[in-house]
This record gives sequence, C-alpha cells and structure tokens, in this order.
Amino acid sequence: MTGPEYEVVIVGAGPAGISAACVVAETGRDALLIDDNPSPGGQIWREQERHGSNWEAAHWLRRLQLYRVEVLRGATVIDGDPDKHAIVCETANSVSTIRYKKLILATGSRELFLPFPGWTLPNVMGAGGLQALVKAGMPISGKRVVIAGSGPLLLAVGAYLKKQGAHVLAIAEQASWARLARFGLGLPTQPYKLAEAVQLKRALFRVPYHAGAWVEAALGETVLERVRLSLSHRRWEAPCDYLAVGFGLVPNIELAATLGCKLSAGCVQVDPMQQTSASDILSAGETTGIGGVELSLMEGRIAGYSAIGDRLNAQWLFSDRERMRRFARRMQKAFALREELRHLPLEGTLVCRCEDVSYQRIAPMPGWRAAKLHTRCGMGPCQGRVCGPAAEFLFGWHCQSTRAPVFPARIDSLIGHKEE
Amino acid sequence: MAELVWISIDESPVEVEPGTTVAAAILQSDTAGFRRSVTGEWRGPVCGMGICFECRVAINGQPHRRSCQAYCESGMVVRTK
Repeated sequence: MTGPEYEVVIVGAGPAGISAACVVAETGRDALLIDDNPSPGGQIWREQERHGSNWEAAHWLRRLQLYRVEVLRGATVIDGDPDKHAIVCETANSVSTIRYKKLILATGSRELFLPFPGWTLPNVMGAGGLQALVKAGMPISGKRVVIAGSGPLLLAVGAYLKKQGAHVLAIAEQASWARLARFGLGLPTQPYKLAEAVQLKRALFRVPYHAGAWVEAALGETVLERVRLSLSHRRWEAPCDYLAVGFGLVPNIELAATLGCKLSAGCVQVDPMQQTSASDILSAGETTGIGGVELSLMEGRIAGYSAIGDRLNAQWLFSDRERMRRFARRMQKAFALREELRHLPLEGTLVCRCEDVSYQRIAPMPGWRAAKLHTRCGMGPCQGRVCGPAAEFLFGWHCQSTRAPVFPARIDSLIGHKEE
Repeated sequence: MAELVWISIDESPVEVEPGTTVAAAILQSDTAGFRRSVTGEWRGPVCGMGICFECRVAINGQPHRRSCQAYCESGMVVRTK
C-alpha cells in the first residue's frame, strides 16, 4: 500500500484524540487527526469550533491550531492492514491509504438505545442525538420535549434544551433514588463534579425530574404524538413533540476489533501505557471504557506520550487516571440498568431498525450469529451498531462481529483500495 | 452575521444559517419522516452522529447520504423519500 506516512495517526477528534494529537505535535512530530464529522470536537465538544462556549474545548482546539496538527475532516476509516501499518480512509469523493508508525484509536462512544413500543417513530431521538441536531441548527424553541433513559447526560441535555427555549416536560431517570443518593453522597470527594451537579440543578429549575422512572411507549400514527412514562407509583402520559432517550453509552470498538485489538467487556483492552494487544496500535478515551471527558483527555495525553516513547511523562499521569477511573466505575454502578427495561418490547416491537426485524422473530434465536443469519437482524447499514448492544442487553448475547468495511463504503472505494 | 445558505428540500427552497447540517435543515422545514424503512415505515434521525443511518436522504443525486453528517451548501438539492 502506498500513500502518505505520518509518525502518529489518530482516529477520532474528540477530547482523547485531540489531547493525544497535541502531545505528539508539541514535540514537533507529524500527527494526522482523522474524524468522520465535519469538524473536530467529538460528540461532547460538537460545534465548539464554531460557537465556542466551553473554555476547556476552546483551550484544546486552540492548541490543535497552535501546534499545526493536520486534521482530516469528514473522513471515515473503513479498513486497515496492521501488518502494513496502513488504514483506508473514505471522504465524500475520494478514498486514500494512509500509513502510520503508531496508530491511536480514539473512536469514542455512542448512545445505547433500547427498544420499546414506538421507538422507531420519527421524532423519537437519542438524548445526545437531539442535542447534536439542535447544535447543528434544528429549531427547538417552544417545542415540548420529554427526556428519558439513564445517566448524567440526561441532565446535561435537559439543561441545554431548556436554555435553547424548549419546554422540557419531564426527565425520567431509570435508576432509583436510593442508588442516586448513594452516588450523590460520594460527590463531595469530587468537588469539581459537585459544582457541575449544582450548576445543572440550577439550570433545570422547575423541570420535573423523576428517578426510578422510564419510558413505556411512544405513541403516534406516523410520527410521535404522545409519550407514556412509568413513574414509581403511577403512569404518566402527555402529548409532546420530541422524545429524547439514551440509556448510557457504548464504546465504538468496531475499528479496533477489525484491526485485531483484543476486547474485554465490550471495551478495547489496553495496558497502562494505553497500548492495545495489536502492535503499534494504542487506544484512549471512551473506546477503552466509558469515563467522561476528563478521563478521555487524560488517557489521550498518556497515549500521546506513549506513542512517542516518553514513558516518564506518561507515568506522571497514572495516578490521576486511576482516580478518574474509580469515579467512572462508581458512576456505572449508580446508573446500572434495571431489569424492567428488558421487558419493554412487545412481540411486534422492532429491535433491528435497519432490516425491520421484530422482537418475536429475534427472541427465539440461540444467539447473535443465528439471529443475523435467520432474520437479517444487524445486517443493515448500521451493521448492528444500534441493535447489537440492544440485543446484548435484552438477551445477554455476545454481539460483536465486525469486519471491513467498518462503515458502509462506496463500491469504488472498496475496489480502489484493493487495487493499490 | 454570515450570509444565509439556500438549499432545496423536495423542491421547496429552504434558507438556513451557515453551519446547519442537512438533517437540521430538513427538520426546520417541519418534515419528520426522512425516509421509508424496508417495510415502508417513516423514519427520522436518531443518533445525530452518523452511526444509526436513519437520516439517510439523497444529496445532489447521491443516495443514502447521512444528512446529519453533511453541512448545507448553497444550491444543494436534497430529496427525502
């Protein structure tokens, strides 16, 4: 394979990828940062390049410019050959092979979507998904929104949408008050997180927040019209314009798995230097375990130092990383998903949205592979990115089966790069 | 204030701020259904970040483009189904 070569290539321009790229570029080495999205920042710092409102994002994006890191935007990595130290990258109208000495995978995470009756109706969106669309110009002022699912993202999304003029009718958190309280008691040991929580609470003044509550159904003829929630002792139903749901985050491990990196518990396995099981491939951020923006920045920096062989600087950061990982583990425990959510889908509720495969057709299958072969579940364009984690939760299956191209690619891209 | 961008969505002109994605522009025009699923159900965007493929539309004749991953450009012709 031919093509330009960089000392370090980083896939994913979120906090982990950006901090890794900065560490590498700071030392004068050439780094290439690749991202599928039209601008750097990842999901958490989406549109920050354009409307900078977050100081931390502004700081890192400025460093990216300062060190003249080359950023390849709107480019999807579809394949790679670890033996040849090369990856294949598709853009809107071209395909190219890029070679690396070290590769850092910082592909982040996506939301976990769980099926419930009506979840396929238009205007039922991910919580982060709705926020992303609003940041990208979708009008929300005056619209009625219900937010449901689990995790601190629900609060952040609620606060953001309210600020943009939406009527947030309710936030339904599936974790119980008891679990949340136990988690909350630990917050004073994390003053930074506590301040964040207080700020969110203020921003969400007068928005009803229900714990131990979840969405039972989205109702509507062809688009969403009403939402039904299960609150602790009653049902709640109201007309609304948008339902934003997210049950936590799932690491994007598809590219890493295709390149032969070992996984463990759904995450890319890394050693203390953020090195994966595949030689010269490192990984950082949510790809290696869900932990939030601070941990991602930290792991990104460590991966950057590791990639340039600077063990000492990497080791300095180990104890901070450990503290953040401990916090992440407590968070995971507090927001663990409840059993009732496994019983939300009805017989006819679709689980696979690409191939329209219902719960009753998938449930009798012995496992993911059989479900794919017999029902085409997970065989559509999203390649099981949505229904795979859902089936893992619903049926306890192991749903990872990645192969190139990691994302749907154009025929000419596939032919083009094989011919090289 | 930067100049507005004009695009065509299903043959109707739509005016958007620069930096608006095609998905957001379609939602501005009050269209909720972006495409039909394999069994004919209406679908709209879900993940907003390019992984669910529910927001696919045709952009300038290119089918199956993820509308949440493309910025509006002046003169763009968008077709939902």
